[in-house]
Amino acid sequence: MYLADSRNSTTSSTAAPGSTRPGRRPAVPGTVLALGAVSLITDVSAEMITAVLPLYVVTALGLSPLGFGLLDGINNGVGALVRLAGGHLADGGGRRHKVVAGIGYGLSAVCKPLLLLARGLPAISAVLAADRAGKGLRTAPRDAMISLATRPEHRGRAFGVHRAMDTAGALLGPLVAFAVLRVAVDGYDAVFTVSACVAALGVLVLVLFVPSRPGTATPATATGTGTGTASTPPAPRPTLRDSLALLRRPALRRLTLCAALLGLTTVSDAFLYLLLQRRLGVPAGLFPLLPLGTSAAFLLLAVPLGALADRIGRRRLFLAGHAALLPAYALVLSPLRGPATVVTVLALHGAFYAATDGVLAAATAGAVPAAHLGAGQALVGTGQALARFVCSLAFGAAWSFWDGRAALAVAAVALAAAALVAARLLRTTDTPDTGRTDRDDPHNTPQGAPR
Amino acid sequence: MNRRTRLAVLLFAVVLLATVGTAAVLRAADRSAVRDRQQADGPPVRTGDVTLRPSGARQLLVRNLAWGPHRDEIAAVPAGQPDAPRTASGVKCLRFHAAAGTGICLQAERGALTDTYRAVVLDSRLRVRHSFPAPGIPTRSRVSPSGHLVAWTVFVSGDSYAGTAFSTRTAIADTRTWALDDNLEQYAVTKDGRPYHASDINIWGVTFADDTRFYATLATGGRTYLVRGDRTTRTLTTLHTNVECPSLSPDGTRIAYKKRVPGASPDAPWRLYVLDLATMEETATAEHRNIDDQALWSGNGTLVYAMPGDYGSDLWTVPADGSGTARHLMTSAVAPAYTG
Repeated sequence: MYLADSRNSTTSSTAAPGSTRPGRRPAVPGTVLALGAVSLITDVSAEMITAVLPLYVVTALGLSPLGFGLLDGINNGVGALVRLAGGHLADGGGRRHKVVAGIGYGLSAVCKPLLLLARGLPAISAVLAADRAGKGLRTAPRDAMISLATRPEHRGRAFGVHRAMDTAGALLGPLVAFAVLRVAVDGYDAVFTVSACVAALGVLVLVLFVPSRPGTATPATATGTGTGTASTPPAPRPTLRDSLALLRRPALRRLTLCAALLGLTTVSDAFLYLLLQRRLGVPAGLFPLLPLGTSAAFLLLAVPLGALADRIGRRRLFLAGHAALLPAYALVLSPLRGPATVVTVLALHGAFYAATDGVLAAATAGAVPAAHLGAGQALVGTGQALARFVCSLAFGAAWSFWDGRAALAVAAVALAAAALVAARLLRTTDTPDTGRTDRDDPHNTPQGAPR
Repeated sequence: MNRRTRLAVLLFAVVLLATVGTAAVLRAADRSAVRDRQQADGPPVRTGDVTLRPSGARQLLVRNLAWGPHRDEIAAVPAGQPDAPRTASGVKCLRFHAAAGTGICLQAERGALTDTYRAVVLDSRLRVRHSFPAPGIPTRSRVSPSGHLVAWTVFVSGDSYAGTAFSTRTAIADTRTWALDDNLEQYAVTKDGRPYHASDINIWGVTFADDTRFYATLATGGRTYLVRGDRTTRTLTTLHTNVECPSLSPDGTRIAYKKRVPGASPDAPWRLYVLDLATMEETATAEHRNIDDQALWSGNGTLVYAMPGDYGSDLWTVPADGSGTARHLMTSAVAPAYTG
């Protein structure tokens, strides 16, 4: 984890590079690191459960877990609503981001010990649904807090640091869980208890070390007149109508539209791994390792690509990240085989996440006023998530209608088309990405492109 | 709260939570140690030679679940005396089946970081002939009547993004050439007379007719089907709906299986049925409890299957023609197989 000093920017920065005047915060502020730590700890706890749940269901409860996937569709719909609600509620007067996020983290933490009591698949599914609701509730306020705590020109990197920490937790979780099972054979209750303790620690770090009022950095307003002061007065509570009116902002509307459009053509992870295995002949024994490859690439690339987004523009990198999927799809469709091909596909897939996940949040932060950050993040994120869900359904149907290969070819063509449309939409930059210090598309922004 | 106070609170909480977590782990470790000690009222178990050779007296082989040093080992009892002292082989398996002197044993391997699984082919003295890596949690295994083929099914859970989606992987291996079909989903599927593709196909529970033909469950679109498989043409053809974990009778005329019955609780949806392959007529057995096992035929008239019990699971029997009642056969045992 490195915290680079702000680069020698040529824009109207208020202080000389390297200056440590009070009021200048480092590129990645403490609040972001604290939120990253909360995500890391929470993900350790969550992935502990994900890793052992199938084992627990099969060996301890003696059940067949195949009926598990049935709730996913319902969860997706409910998750979207909860996410929107979380974003909207969190915007209430600037103090509530932390409260709503805390409720979300708390709800997920309470679910862990409840697993000790859940004895059948319906009960376990209900607990998992509540866990997901907690996740939906906290996502938007968390991203809003990261946006508020960071100076606009460093948001890409800050989100990159957060996502890297988050992914590190996801990779550590299974290791902790299996370490517990190593000490205590069949000790699933011990895994759930340890997971609950870890989750509680995550909530505590949030309560203790994340300020409820992050000193806001220059918020990008619709008119692009950042004030440069270190904090904003508490805004009046936004109504639901205010939150929905966000979509009247051309910049946010385009971003939401593009995220959804690209989401509609992004093949879900599960399908990609399935195709990788079948088309490239990955031995069945190595199948469980495929997601780890994606996560490792995501972890390694999140910070550098976030920093790159700060330099060349978030929307541009967001597009480039989707473009990186095209060679990945092409490789899966190609006659190429062998480990090198598989590793390349996974690396591109991880790069796609690193170039889009936190980067989209950073781009969103530049397109909404500070008072509506929660709702803005929720709108864009939900649009993307719902579009991806629709894509999953369509992809599954296409697979049945033709076969997996044809479905992927169609998805690749659609992705290329969506990327072209998105590139056109995002090129018209009527609002700069992040207020006045941003250098979005420094060289070849079409000057005064008429809308 | 100043910084120092916050750090103090954090430190206190870390100590407290670490204590709770450690206590839970130690308690669970203690409990698993208890299982390694002989149960006072448990069935007697002693070490000895176990053979899969179908010679002389017919034996019943099981994974022994009785607490003690031989827990999880494959053990043998005379087929007619299931309560007799068990002879433990020293070979531990999660799932097991045997026929014609060949055994298939699905084992967990303690890796450095996580458990991995393997499917091990055993000779008649239970020695390892060959081992294949398995990509998930073992759930079903079968040997063909000739002993030439083995099949196994494991559960594979996806990734953190897929969350709760599970799938199965079923493989068939030839014990003469070690040729391996590591995923039957690659076979061409004919559903209701037409070629069928889908991304959500899952296959599990192979039962062999001979060295070419087998039956299994295929799931897609939220329904399950009985399929007939052919290893030479690499095809799967649907025959009937709502059939899980099929088990072919020795005479090849009937299939015992788990059927999802309407109106049952979602926690316990399956009942044990028998399907006549000639007429496709379904017969409910006298076992009225929920079943989650691939039943085993003991001759052409009786089914043996596992039910949850005090020490994991017990074995029960019921007539295959729907008559009689379910009877308790053996405590603390699972994954049965008959020799001879």
